Amino acid sequence: MSAPMLDIRDLHLSFKGHTGLTEVLHGISLHIQPGERVALVGESGSGKSVTARIVLGLLQDLPSARITGQVLFDGRDLELMSSRARHALRGTAMSMIFQDPTSSLNPVFRIADQFHDVLRRADPSVAKAAAHDRAAAILAEVSIRDAQRVLNAYPFQLSGGMNQRVMIAMALANEPALLIADEPGTALDVTVQAQTLQLMRRLVEDHHTAVLFISHNLGVVREFADRLYVIYKGRMVEQGPTDAVFADPRHPYTRALMAAVPHLTGGGIPEIAEASPDFAAPLVDHEAEAPS
Amino acid sequence: MRRTFAILAANPLSLLGLVLVALVVISAVFADFIAPFPAHRGAVVDFANFNQPPQWPYIFGTDLVGRDLFSRIIYAYRISLVLGIVVLAIAVPIGVTIGLLAGYLGGWTEYLLMRLTDVFLSIPPLVLAMSIMGVLEPTLTNGMLAVTAMWWPWYARLVYNITRGEREEGYVLAAEVIGASRGHVIFREILPNCMPAVITKMTLDMGFVILIASSLSFLGLGVQPPTPDLGSMVAAGATYLPDSWWLTVFPGLAILVAVFGFNLIGDALRDILGADQ
Repeated sequence: MSAPMLDIRDLHLSFKGHTGLTEVLHGISLHIQPGERVALVGESGSGKSVTARIVLGLLQDLPSARITGQVLFDGRDLELMSSRARHALRGTAMSMIFQDPTSSLNPVFRIADQFHDVLRRADPSVAKAAAHDRAAAILAEVSIRDAQRVLNAYPFQLSGGMNQRVMIAMALANEPALLIADEPGTALDVTVQAQTLQLMRRLVEDHHTAVLFISHNLGVVREFADRLYVIYKGRMVEQGPTDAVFADPRHPYTRALMAAVPHLTGGGIPEIAEASPDFAAPLVDHEAEAPS
Repeated sequence: MRRTFAILAANPLSLLGLVLVALVVISAVFADFIAPFPAHRGAVVDFANFNQPPQWPYIFGTDLVGRDLFSRIIYAYRISLVLGIVVLAIAVPIGVTIGLLAGYLGGWTEYLLMRLTDVFLSIPPLVLAMSIMGVLEPTLTNGMLAVTAMWWPWYARLVYNITRGEREEGYVLAAEVIGASRGHVIFREILPNCMPAVITKMTLDMGFVILIASSLSFLGLGVQPPTPDLGSMVAAGATYLPDSWWLTVFPGLAILVAVFGFNLIGDALRDILGADQ
Protein backbone atom coordinates (compact mmCIF):
# COMPACT_ATOMS: atom_id res chain seq x y z
CA MET A 1 0.00 0.00 0.00
CA SER A 2 1.43 3.36 -1.01
CA ALA A 3 1.42 6.41 1.24
CA PRO A 4 -1.97 8.09 1.35
CA MET A 5 -2.52 11.38 -0.44
CA LEU A 6 -4.62 12.62 2.43
CA ASP A 7 -4.57 11.11 5.89
CA ILE A 8 -6.76 12.54 8.64
CA ARG A 9 -6.15 11.08 12.10
CA ASP A 10 -8.40 11.67 15.08
CA LEU A 11 -9.42 15.17 14.03
CA HIS A 12 -11.25 17.25 16.61
CA LEU A 13 -12.76 20.62 15.88
CA SER A 14 -14.57 22.96 18.20
CA PHE A 15 -15.68 26.54 17.96
CA LYS A 16 -15.33 29.02 20.77
CA GLY A 17 -18.54 30.93 21.22
CA HIS A 18 -20.20 33.07 23.85
CA THR A 19 -21.41 30.00 25.71
CA GLY A 20 -18.08 28.17 25.66
CA LEU A 21 -16.70 25.53 23.35
CA THR A 22 -18.99 23.76 20.90
CA GLU A 23 -17.48 20.56 19.62
CA VAL A 24 -18.23 19.92 15.97
CA LEU A 25 -15.94 17.04 15.08
CA HIS A 26 -15.39 14.36 17.72
CA GLY A 27 -12.25 12.75 16.37
CA ILE A 28 -12.69 11.58 12.81
CA SER A 29 -10.18 9.61 10.77
CA LEU A 30 -10.12 9.28 7.02
CA HIS A 31 -7.57 8.47 4.33
CA ILE A 32 -7.43 8.77 0.58
CA GLN A 33 -4.88 7.04 -1.63
CA PRO A 34 -3.47 8.83 -4.70
CA GLY A 35 -6.03 8.65 -7.50
CA GLU A 36 -8.71 7.23 -5.22
CA ARG A 37 -12.29 8.52 -5.13
CA VAL A 38 -13.61 8.66 -1.60
CA ALA A 39 -17.05 9.83 -0.56
CA LEU A 40 -17.97 11.46 2.72
CA VAL A 41 -21.68 11.04 3.28
CA GLY A 42 -23.87 12.60 5.91
CA GLU A 43 -26.78 14.92 6.56
CA SER A 44 -26.43 18.67 6.77
CA GLY A 45 -24.64 19.73 9.91
CA SER A 46 -22.83 16.43 10.30
CA GLY A 47 -19.41 18.01 9.76
CA LYS A 48 -18.77 17.22 6.10
CA SER A 49 -18.04 20.72 4.92
CA VAL A 50 -15.93 21.79 7.89
CA THR A 51 -13.76 18.73 7.28
CA ALA A 52 -13.21 19.94 3.73
CA ARG A 53 -12.35 23.40 4.97
CA ILE A 54 -9.80 22.07 7.41
CA VAL A 55 -8.16 20.08 4.62
CA LEU A 56 -8.00 23.24 2.54
CA GLY A 57 -6.52 25.09 5.49
CA LEU A 58 -9.29 27.68 5.60
CA LEU A 59 -10.42 27.12 9.19
CA GLN A 60 -6.96 27.15 10.72
CA ASP A 61 -6.76 30.93 10.40
CA LEU A 62 -10.11 31.47 12.12
CA PRO A 63 -9.47 32.70 15.66
CA SER A 64 -12.51 30.93 17.14
CA ALA A 65 -11.68 27.47 15.75
CA ARG A 66 -9.86 24.95 17.95
CA ILE A 67 -8.38 22.09 15.93
CA THR A 68 -6.53 19.09 17.27
CA GLY A 69 -5.46 15.91 15.55
CA GLN A 70 -3.40 15.34 12.45
CA VAL A 71 -4.12 16.16 8.83
CA LEU A 72 -1.36 14.78 6.62
CA PHE A 73 -1.37 15.91 3.03
CA ASP A 74 1.12 13.98 0.93
CA GLY A 75 2.92 13.05 4.15
CA ARG A 76 3.17 16.62 5.49
CA ASP A 77 1.28 17.70 8.58
CA LEU A 78 -0.92 20.68 7.75
CA GLU A 79 -1.11 21.72 11.42
CA LEU A 80 2.66 22.10 11.60
CA MET A 81 2.82 24.14 8.41
CA SER A 82 2.84 27.93 8.41
CA SER A 83 -0.26 29.54 7.01
CA ARG A 84 1.90 30.72 4.11
CA ALA A 85 2.84 27.13 3.27
CA ARG A 86 -0.79 26.04 3.52
CA HIS A 87 -1.72 28.93 1.26
CA ALA A 88 0.78 27.73 -1.34
CA LEU A 89 -0.99 24.36 -1.58
CA ARG A 90 -4.40 25.87 -2.23
CA GLY A 91 -5.34 26.14 -5.87
CA THR A 92 -2.25 24.24 -6.96
CA ALA A 93 -1.89 20.93 -5.13
CA MET A 94 -5.50 20.92 -3.98
CA SER A 95 -8.60 22.37 -5.46
CA MET A 96 -12.33 22.43 -4.90
CA ILE A 97 -15.66 22.30 -6.73
CA PHE A 98 -18.79 23.76 -5.20
CA GLN A 99 -22.52 23.15 -5.04
CA ASP A 100 -23.69 26.01 -7.19
CA PRO A 101 -21.43 26.54 -10.19
CA THR A 102 -23.06 29.77 -11.33
CA SER A 103 -22.58 31.62 -8.06
CA SER A 104 -19.03 30.28 -7.78
CA LEU A 105 -17.97 32.31 -10.78
CA ASN A 106 -17.65 36.06 -10.41
CA PRO A 107 -20.52 37.60 -12.41
CA VAL A 108 -18.59 40.65 -13.61
CA PHE A 109 -15.65 38.92 -15.30
CA ARG A 110 -15.44 36.89 -18.49
CA ILE A 111 -14.60 33.19 -18.14
CA ALA A 112 -11.25 33.81 -19.86
CA ASP A 113 -10.19 36.33 -17.20
CA GLN A 114 -11.18 34.01 -14.39
CA PHE A 115 -9.21 31.20 -16.02
CA HIS A 116 -6.24 33.51 -16.20
CA ASP A 117 -6.46 34.12 -12.44
CA VAL A 118 -6.61 30.37 -11.80
CA LEU A 119 -3.64 29.57 -14.03
CA ARG A 120 -1.63 32.40 -12.47
CA ARG A 121 -1.74 30.53 -9.15
CA ALA A 122 0.55 27.87 -10.60
CA ASP A 123 2.59 30.13 -12.85
CA PRO A 124 2.42 33.83 -11.89
CA SER A 125 4.08 34.89 -15.14
CA VAL A 126 1.57 33.25 -17.47
CA ALA A 127 0.54 35.67 -20.22
CA LYS A 128 -3.05 36.37 -21.10
CA ALA A 129 -2.78 34.84 -24.57
CA ALA A 130 -1.07 31.69 -23.27
CA ALA A 131 -3.68 31.34 -20.53
CA HIS A 132 -6.40 31.72 -23.15
CA ASP A 133 -4.97 28.88 -25.25
CA ARG A 134 -4.45 26.65 -22.24
CA ALA A 135 -8.01 27.35 -21.04
CA ALA A 136 -9.41 26.44 -24.46
CA ALA A 137 -7.53 23.14 -24.34
CA ILE A 138 -8.86 22.32 -20.87
CA LEU A 139 -12.39 23.27 -21.86
CA ALA A 140 -12.14 20.87 -24.80
CA GLU A 141 -11.40 18.15 -22.24
CA VAL A 142 -14.71 18.80 -20.49
CA SER A 143 -16.49 18.39 -23.84
CA ILE A 144 -17.06 22.08 -24.50
CA ARG A 145 -16.88 22.39 -28.26
CA ASP A 146 -17.15 26.14 -28.80
CA ALA A 147 -14.51 27.06 -26.25
CA GLN A 148 -13.99 30.54 -27.74
CA ARG A 149 -17.61 31.52 -27.18
CA VAL A 150 -17.53 30.22 -23.60
CA LEU A 151 -14.26 31.99 -22.81
CA ASN A 152 -15.66 35.30 -24.02
CA ALA A 153 -18.94 34.87 -22.13
CA TYR A 154 -19.91 36.06 -18.67
CA PRO A 155 -21.09 33.34 -16.26
CA PHE A 156 -24.73 34.49 -16.38
CA GLN A 157 -24.76 34.00 -20.14
CA LEU A 158 -24.02 30.29 -19.75
CA SER A 159 -26.27 27.50 -18.54
CA GLY A 160 -25.79 25.89 -15.14
CA GLY A 161 -24.43 22.72 -16.72
CA MET A 162 -21.99 24.73 -18.81
CA ASN A 163 -20.82 26.64 -15.73
CA GLN A 164 -20.37 23.36 -13.89
CA ARG A 165 -18.09 22.12 -16.65
CA VAL A 166 -16.17 25.38 -16.54
CA MET A 167 -15.79 24.95 -12.77
CA ILE A 168 -14.50 21.39 -13.22
CA ALA A 169 -12.09 22.55 -15.90
CA MET A 170 -10.83 25.34 -13.64
CA ALA A 171 -10.48 23.02 -10.66
CA LEU A 172 -8.35 20.61 -12.69
CA ALA A 173 -6.45 23.29 -14.64
CA ASN A 174 -3.44 23.25 -12.33
CA GLU A 175 -3.33 19.43 -12.12
CA PRO A 176 -4.10 19.17 -8.40
CA ALA A 177 -3.26 15.97 -6.56
CA LEU A 178 -6.45 16.28 -4.50
CA LEU A 179 -9.83 17.54 -5.58
CA ILE A 180 -12.52 18.26 -3.02
CA ALA A 181 -16.02 18.21 -4.46
CA ASP A 182 -18.55 19.70 -2.05
CA GLU A 183 -21.93 18.37 -3.21
CA PRO A 184 -21.15 19.20 -6.82
CA GLY A 185 -24.15 19.87 -8.99
CA THR A 186 -26.73 19.76 -6.20
CA ALA A 187 -28.10 22.99 -7.65
CA LEU A 188 -28.47 21.44 -11.11
CA ASP A 189 -31.08 19.29 -12.84
CA VAL A 190 -30.60 15.57 -12.31
CA THR A 191 -29.82 14.93 -15.98
CA VAL A 192 -27.21 17.66 -16.14
CA GLN A 193 -25.85 16.47 -12.83
CA ALA A 194 -25.46 12.93 -14.16
CA GLN A 195 -23.64 14.17 -17.26
CA THR A 196 -21.20 16.31 -15.33
CA LEU A 197 -20.52 13.56 -12.80
CA GLN A 198 -19.67 11.15 -15.58
CA LEU A 199 -17.39 13.77 -17.07
CA MET A 200 -15.74 14.43 -13.74
CA ARG A 201 -15.23 10.74 -13.15
CA ARG A 202 -13.54 10.29 -16.52
CA LEU A 203 -11.31 13.32 -15.95
CA VAL A 204 -10.09 12.38 -12.49
CA GLU A 205 -9.34 8.89 -13.81
CA ASP A 206 -7.34 10.35 -16.70
CA HIS A 207 -5.45 12.78 -14.48
CA HIS A 208 -5.08 10.33 -11.60
CA THR A 209 -6.54 12.89 -9.19
CA ALA A 210 -7.59 11.85 -5.70
CA VAL A 211 -11.12 13.03 -4.89
CA LEU A 212 -12.87 13.71 -1.63
CA PHE A 213 -16.50 13.68 -2.65
CA ILE A 214 -18.83 15.27 -0.14
CA SER A 215 -22.48 14.43 -0.62
CA HIS A 216 -25.77 13.50 0.93
CA ASN A 217 -26.94 11.83 -2.26
CA LEU A 218 -26.36 8.10 -1.89
CA GLY A 219 -27.26 7.33 -5.50
CA VAL A 220 -24.55 9.62 -6.77
CA VAL A 221 -22.04 8.30 -4.25
CA ARG A 222 -22.66 4.72 -5.30
CA GLU A 223 -21.86 5.55 -8.90
CA PHE A 224 -18.88 7.74 -8.21
CA ALA A 225 -16.89 6.56 -5.20
CA ASP A 226 -14.50 3.68 -4.61
CA ARG A 227 -14.83 3.90 -0.86
CA LEU A 228 -17.17 5.78 1.39
CA TYR A 229 -17.34 7.16 4.89
CA VAL A 230 -20.61 7.83 6.65
CA ILE A 231 -20.47 10.68 9.12
CA TYR A 232 -23.11 11.47 11.72
CA LYS A 233 -22.94 14.40 14.15
CA GLY A 234 -19.18 14.73 13.88
CA ARG A 235 -18.43 11.00 14.25
CA MET A 236 -17.61 8.42 11.60
CA VAL A 237 -20.20 5.68 11.86
CA GLU A 238 -19.38 3.40 8.95
CA GLN A 239 -16.62 3.11 6.41
CA GLY A 240 -15.60 0.71 3.70
CA PRO A 241 -15.58 -0.01 -0.02
CA THR A 242 -18.72 1.38 -1.66
CA ASP A 243 -19.98 -2.00 -2.83
CA ALA A 244 -19.49 -3.59 0.56
CA VAL A 245 -21.29 -0.83 2.43
CA PHE A 246 -24.21 -0.77 0.02
CA ALA A 247 -24.47 -4.55 0.02
CA ASP A 248 -24.39 -4.81 3.77
CA PRO A 249 -25.02 -1.57 5.66
CA ARG A 250 -24.46 -2.49 9.28
CA HIS A 251 -24.62 0.72 11.25
CA PRO A 252 -28.18 1.75 12.24
CA TYR A 253 -27.63 5.27 10.90
CA THR A 254 -26.37 4.06 7.52
CA ARG A 255 -29.43 1.86 7.25
CA ALA A 256 -31.71 4.74 8.12
CA LEU A 257 -29.94 6.93 5.56
CA MET A 258 -30.41 4.35 2.85
CA ALA A 259 -34.03 3.75 3.78
CA ALA A 260 -34.66 7.49 3.55
CA VAL A 261 -33.94 7.67 -0.18
CA PRO A 262 -37.29 8.02 -1.95
CA HIS A 263 -37.80 5.38 -4.60
CA LEU A 264 -38.70 6.12 -8.18
CA THR A 265 -41.24 3.35 -7.96
CA GLY A 266 -43.09 5.02 -5.09
CA GLY A 267 -43.85 3.56 -1.75
CA GLY A 268 -43.72 6.78 0.20
CA ILE A 269 -41.01 8.37 2.26
CA PRO A 270 -40.15 6.22 5.23
CA GLU A 271 -40.43 7.65 8.71
CA ILE A 272 -37.09 8.28 10.28
CA ALA A 273 -36.50 9.24 13.85
CA GLU A 274 -34.87 12.63 14.35
CA ALA A 275 -32.29 10.98 16.54
CA SER A 276 -31.99 7.54 17.94
CA PRO A 277 -29.72 6.11 20.60
CA ASP A 278 -28.80 3.47 18.00
CA PHE A 279 -27.14 6.13 15.85
CA ALA A 280 -24.48 6.59 18.50
CA ALA A 281 -23.31 3.00 18.00
CA PRO A 282 -19.56 2.62 17.41
CA LEU A 283 -17.84 2.75 14.03
CA VAL A 284 -18.40 -0.13 11.63
CA ASP A 285 -15.29 -0.65 9.51
CA HIS A 286 -15.76 -3.03 6.60
CA GLU A 287 -12.06 -3.09 5.83
CA ALA A 288 -10.92 -3.99 9.31
CA GLU A 289 -12.91 -7.19 9.23
CA ALA A 290 -12.36 -8.09 5.60
CA PRO A 291 -9.32 -10.23 4.91
CA SER A 292 -6.88 -8.27 2.79
CA MET B 1 -24.31 49.46 -25.77
CA ARG B 2 -27.33 49.06 -28.01
CA ARG B 3 -29.44 48.19 -24.99
CA THR B 4 -28.15 51.26 -23.21
CA PHE B 5 -29.38 53.48 -26.03
CA ALA B 6 -32.66 51.60 -26.18
CA ILE B 7 -33.31 52.31 -22.51
CA LEU B 8 -32.30 55.94 -22.93
CA ALA B 9 -34.54 56.35 -25.98
CA ALA B 10 -37.49 54.63 -24.33
CA ASN B 11 -37.33 57.05 -21.43
CA PRO B 12 -37.61 60.68 -22.58
CA LEU B 13 -36.84 61.91 -19.06
CA SER B 14 -33.36 60.38 -19.09
CA LEU B 15 -32.81 61.94 -22.50
CA LEU B 16 -33.80 65.28 -20.98
CA GLY B 17 -31.33 64.62 -18.17
CA LEU B 18 -28.60 63.98 -20.70
CA VAL B 19 -29.40 67.25 -22.47
CA LEU B 20 -29.44 69.25 -19.22
CA VAL B 21 -26.13 67.80 -18.01
CA ALA B 22 -24.57 68.33 -21.43
CA LEU B 23 -25.74 71.95 -21.25
CA VAL B 24 -24.15 72.43 -17.82
CA VAL B 25 -20.90 70.69 -18.73
CA ILE B 26 -20.51 72.49 -22.07
CA SER B 27 -21.13 75.90 -20.54
CA ALA B 28 -18.65 75.14 -17.75
CA VAL B 29 -15.92 73.92 -20.08
CA PHE B 30 -16.36 76.57 -22.76
CA ALA B 31 -17.32 79.40 -20.41
CA ASP B 32 -14.70 81.72 -21.92
CA PHE B 33 -16.30 81.44 -25.37
CA ILE B 34 -19.96 81.36 -24.36
CA ALA B 35 -20.12 84.09 -21.74
CA PRO B 36 -20.88 87.46 -23.35
CA PHE B 37 -18.99 89.32 -20.60
CA PRO B 38 -16.12 87.08 -19.42
CA ALA B 39 -14.68 89.86 -17.31
CA HIS B 40 -17.84 89.96 -15.19
CA ARG B 41 -16.88 86.81 -13.30
CA GLY B 42 -14.47 88.99 -11.32
CA ALA B 43 -14.69 92.26 -9.42
CA VAL B 44 -16.09 94.47 -12.16
CA VAL B 45 -18.30 97.43 -11.33
CA ASP B 46 -20.57 99.06 -13.90
CA PHE B 47 -22.98 101.34 -12.05
CA ALA B 48 -24.44 102.66 -15.29
CA ASN B 49 -26.14 99.29 -15.84
CA PHE B 50 -26.76 98.08 -12.28
CA ASN B 51 -29.79 95.98 -11.37
CA GLN B 52 -31.23 95.87 -14.88
CA PRO B 53 -34.10 93.48 -15.67
CA PRO B 54 -33.49 90.93 -18.47
CA GLN B 55 -32.89 92.79 -21.74
CA TRP B 56 -30.40 92.64 -24.58
CA PRO B 57 -27.45 92.22 -24.18
CA TYR B 58 -28.06 91.18 -20.54
CA ILE B 59 -30.46 88.26 -21.18
CA PHE B 60 -30.70 87.35 -17.46
CA GLY B 61 -30.37 90.96 -16.28
CA THR B 62 -27.54 92.46 -14.23
CA ASP B 63 -26.69 92.26 -10.55
CA LEU B 64 -26.33 95.04 -7.97
CA VAL B 65 -22.97 96.21 -9.28
CA GLY B 66 -23.92 95.96 -12.95
CA ARG B 67 -22.42 92.54 -13.85
CA ASP B 68 -24.08 90.29 -16.42
CA LEU B 69 -25.91 87.51 -14.55
CA PHE B 70 -25.78 85.10 -17.51
CA SER B 71 -21.98 85.28 -17.65
CA ARG B 72 -21.70 84.85 -13.91
CA ILE B 73 -23.99 81.80 -13.89
CA ILE B 74 -21.89 80.13 -16.58
CA TYR B 75 -18.71 80.69 -14.57
CA ALA B 76 -20.49 79.53 -11.42
CA TYR B 77 -21.23 76.23 -13.16
CA ARG B 78 -17.53 75.78 -13.71
CA ILE B 79 -16.84 76.12 -9.99
CA SER B 80 -19.78 73.91 -9.01
CA LEU B 81 -18.65 71.12 -11.34
CA VAL B 82 -15.04 71.25 -10.20
CA LEU B 83 -16.24 71.16 -6.61
CA GLY B 84 -18.53 68.20 -7.30
CA ILE B 85 -15.84 66.23 -9.10
CA VAL B 86 -13.17 66.91 -6.47
CA VAL B 87 -15.50 66.07 -3.58
CA LEU B 88 -16.55 62.78 -5.15
CA ALA B 89 -13.02 61.94 -6.26
CA ILE B 90 -11.91 62.12 -2.62
CA ALA B 91 -15.03 60.93 -0.77
CA VAL B 92 -15.80 57.90 -2.96
CA PRO B 93 -12.43 56.09 -2.72
CA ILE B 94 -12.32 56.71 1.05
CA GLY B 95 -15.89 55.55 1.64
CA VAL B 96 -15.62 52.57 -0.71
CA THR B 97 -12.37 51.34 0.85
CA ILE B 98 -13.75 51.64 4.37
CA GLY B 99 -16.96 49.86 3.37
CA LEU B 100 -15.08 47.03 1.67
CA LEU B 101 -12.67 46.48 4.56
CA ALA B 102 -15.41 46.59 7.19
CA GLY B 103 -17.73 44.34 5.21
CA TYR B 104 -15.16 41.73 4.26
CA LEU B 105 -12.88 41.55 7.28
CA GLY B 106 -15.59 41.77 9.94
CA GLY B 107 -14.71 41.57 13.64
CA TRP B 108 -12.98 44.54 15.26
CA THR B 109 -12.19 46.19 11.95
CA GLU B 110 -15.87 46.23 11.08
CA TYR B 111 -16.81 47.47 14.53
CA LEU B 112 -14.35 50.36 14.55
CA LEU B 113 -14.87 51.49 10.96
CA MET B 114 -18.66 51.27 10.97
CA ARG B 115 -19.07 52.98 14.35
CA LEU B 116 -16.84 55.79 13.06
CA THR B 117 -19.09 55.95 10.00
CA ASP B 118 -22.16 56.03 12.23
CA VAL B 119 -20.75 58.96 14.21
CA PHE B 120 -20.44 60.96 11.01
CA LEU B 121 -23.86 59.84 9.80
CA SER B 122 -25.52 60.77 13.07
CA ILE B 123 -24.77 64.47 12.58
CA PRO B 124 -27.10 66.15 10.06
CA PRO B 125 -24.96 66.65 6.93
CA LEU B 126 -25.44 70.38 6.57
CA VAL B 127 -24.76 70.97 10.27
CA LEU B 128 -21.52 68.98 10.00
CA ALA B 129 -20.39 70.91 6.95
CA MET B 130 -21.38 74.21 8.58
CA SER B 131 -19.46 73.49 11.75
CA ILE B 132 -16.36 72.56 9.78
CA MET B 133 -16.66 75.74 7.73
CA GLY B 134 -17.24 77.72 10.91
CA VAL B 135 -13.83 76.67 12.17
CA LEU B 136 -11.98 77.01 8.86
CA GLU B 137 -11.55 79.95 6.53
CA PRO B 138 -14.41 80.12 4.01
CA THR B 139 -12.52 79.28 0.81
CA LEU B 140 -13.28 76.94 -2.08
CA THR B 141 -10.75 74.35 -0.88
CA ASN B 142 -12.16 74.30 2.64
CA GLY B 143 -15.67 74.10 1.19
CA MET B 144 -14.64 70.97 -0.65
CA LEU B 145 -13.10 69.59 2.51
CA ALA B 146 -16.28 70.19 4.51
CA VAL B 147 -18.53 68.59 1.91
CA THR B 148 -16.14 65.63 1.53
CA ALA B 149 -16.17 65.02 5.28
CA MET B 150 -19.96 64.69 5.26
CA TRP B 151 -20.07 62.65 2.06
CA TRP B 152 -17.78 59.61 2.46
CA PRO B 153 -19.86 57.87 5.20
CA TRP B 154 -22.74 57.33 2.75
CA TYR B 155 -20.43 55.41 0.43
CA ALA B 156 -18.95 53.45 3.32
CA ARG B 157 -22.44 52.36 4.36
CA LEU B 158 -23.57 51.55 0.82
CA VAL B 159 -20.49 49.47 -0.03
CA TYR B 160 -20.47 47.85 3.42
CA ASN B 161 -24.00 46.55 2.87
CA ILE B 162 -23.22 45.22 -0.60
CA THR B 163 -19.99 43.62 0.61
CA ARG B 164 -21.80 41.87 3.45
CA GLY B 165 -24.00 40.19 0.86
CA GLU B 166 -21.26 39.49 -1.69
CA ARG B 167 -18.99 37.99 0.97
CA GLU B 168 -21.38 35.04 1.24
CA GLU B 169 -21.42 34.47 -2.53
CA GLY B 170 -19.86 31.33 -3.93
CA TYR B 171 -17.28 33.15 -6.02
CA VAL B 172 -15.71 34.70 -2.93
CA LEU B 173 -15.29 31.29 -1.30
CA ALA B 174 -14.06 29.87 -4.61
CA ALA B 175 -11.42 32.59 -4.81
CA GLU B 176 -10.34 31.98 -1.21
CA VAL B 177 -10.13 28.24 -1.80
CA ILE B 178 -8.00 28.71 -4.85
CA GLY B 179 -5.60 30.77 -2.77
CA ALA B 180 -6.44 34.35 -3.66
CA SER B 181 -5.01 36.95 -1.27
CA ARG B 182 -7.26 39.19 0.80
CA GLY B 183 -6.39 42.16 -1.34
CA HIS B 184 -7.31 40.25 -4.46
CA VAL B 185 -10.64 39.11 -3.03
CA ILE B 186 -11.55 42.59 -1.77
CA PHE B 187 -10.45 44.74 -4.68
CA ARG B 188 -10.51 42.38 -7.66
CA GLU B 189 -13.50 40.16 -6.82
CA ILE B 190 -15.90 42.11 -4.58
CA LEU B 191 -15.22 45.70 -5.65
CA PRO B 192 -16.19 45.18 -9.32
CA ASN B 193 -19.52 43.82 -8.08
CA CYS B 194 -20.10 47.00 -6.07
CA MET B 195 -19.34 49.32 -8.99
CA PRO B 196 -22.83 49.51 -10.57
CA ALA B 197 -24.30 50.80 -7.30
CA VAL B 198 -21.36 53.15 -6.67
CA ILE B 199 -21.45 54.66 -10.16
CA THR B 200 -25.21 55.19 -9.94
CA LYS B 201 -24.90 56.89 -6.58
CA MET B 202 -22.04 59.06 -7.81
CA THR B 203 -24.15 60.39 -10.65
CA LEU B 204 -27.08 61.09 -8.34
CA ASP B 205 -24.72 62.70 -5.82
CA MET B 206 -23.14 65.03 -8.34
CA GLY B 207 -26.39 67.01 -8.24
CA PHE B 208 -26.65 66.86 -4.46
CA VAL B 209 -23.05 67.97 -3.92
CA ILE B 210 -23.75 71.01 -6.07
CA LEU B 211 -26.90 71.66 -4.03
CA ILE B 212 -25.13 71.35 -0.67
CA ALA B 213 -22.23 73.50 -1.81
CA SER B 214 -24.76 76.12 -2.93
CA SER B 215 -26.50 75.90 0.44
CA LEU B 216 -23.18 76.54 2.19
CA SER B 217 -22.39 79.58 0.10
CA PHE B 218 -25.98 80.80 0.46
CA LEU B 219 -25.25 80.90 4.18
CA GLY B 220 -22.02 82.73 3.47
CA LEU B 221 -19.85 79.75 4.41
CA GLY B 222 -18.67 78.74 0.95
CA VAL B 223 -17.00 80.46 -1.94
CA GLN B 224 -16.56 84.16 -1.26
CA PRO B 225 -17.30 87.09 -3.59
CA PRO B 226 -16.32 88.20 -6.14
CA THR B 227 -15.98 84.56 -7.29
CA PRO B 228 -19.32 83.70 -8.90
CA ASP B 229 -21.26 81.02 -7.04
CA LEU B 230 -24.88 80.04 -7.53
CA GLY B 231 -25.63 79.89 -3.80
CA SER B 232 -24.16 83.26 -2.93
CA MET B 233 -25.86 84.83 -5.95
CA VAL B 234 -29.25 83.64 -4.69
CA ALA B 235 -28.37 84.95 -1.22
CA ALA B 236 -27.31 88.36 -2.56
CA GLY B 237 -30.58 88.83 -4.43
CA ALA B 238 -32.86 87.43 -1.73
CA THR B 239 -33.33 90.79 0.00
CA TYR B 240 -34.50 92.46 -3.23
CA LEU B 241 -37.39 90.07 -3.87
CA PRO B 242 -39.87 90.39 -5.42
CA ASP B 243 -38.96 93.59 -7.27
CA SER B 244 -35.57 92.48 -8.63
CA TRP B 245 -36.72 88.89 -9.17
CA TRP B 246 -34.06 88.08 -11.78
CA LEU B 247 -31.31 88.27 -9.14
CA THR B 248 -32.58 85.10 -7.43
CA VAL B 249 -34.72 83.34 -9.99
CA PHE B 250 -32.04 82.77 -12.62
CA PRO B 251 -29.30 81.45 -10.28
CA GLY B 252 -31.99 79.35 -8.58
CA LEU B 253 -33.09 77.91 -11.90
CA ALA B 254 -29.45 77.23 -12.74
CA ILE B 255 -29.14 75.11 -9.57
CA LEU B 256 -32.36 73.33 -10.45
CA VAL B 257 -31.15 72.51 -13.97
CA ALA B 258 -27.90 70.97 -12.72
CA VAL B 259 -29.44 68.96 -9.86
CA PHE B 260 -32.39 67.81 -11.95
CA GLY B 261 -30.16 66.80 -14.87
CA PHE B 262 -27.79 64.69 -12.78
CA ASN B 263 -30.71 63.06 -10.98
CA LEU B 264 -32.43 62.04 -14.19
CA ILE B 265 -29.21 60.50 -15.50
CA GLY B 266 -28.66 58.74 -12.20
CA ASP B 267 -32.12 57.19 -12.42
CA ALA B 268 -31.47 56.04 -15.97
CA LEU B 269 -28.10 54.55 -14.95
CA ARG B 270 -29.81 52.67 -12.15
CA ASP B 271 -32.09 51.04 -14.72
CA ILE B 272 -29.26 50.26 -17.11
CA LEU B 273 -26.75 48.92 -14.58
CA GLY B 274 -29.32 47.35 -12.28
CA ALA B 275 -30.85 45.17 -14.98
CA ASP B 276 -27.74 43.00 -15.13
CA GLN B 277 -27.75 42.12 -11.48
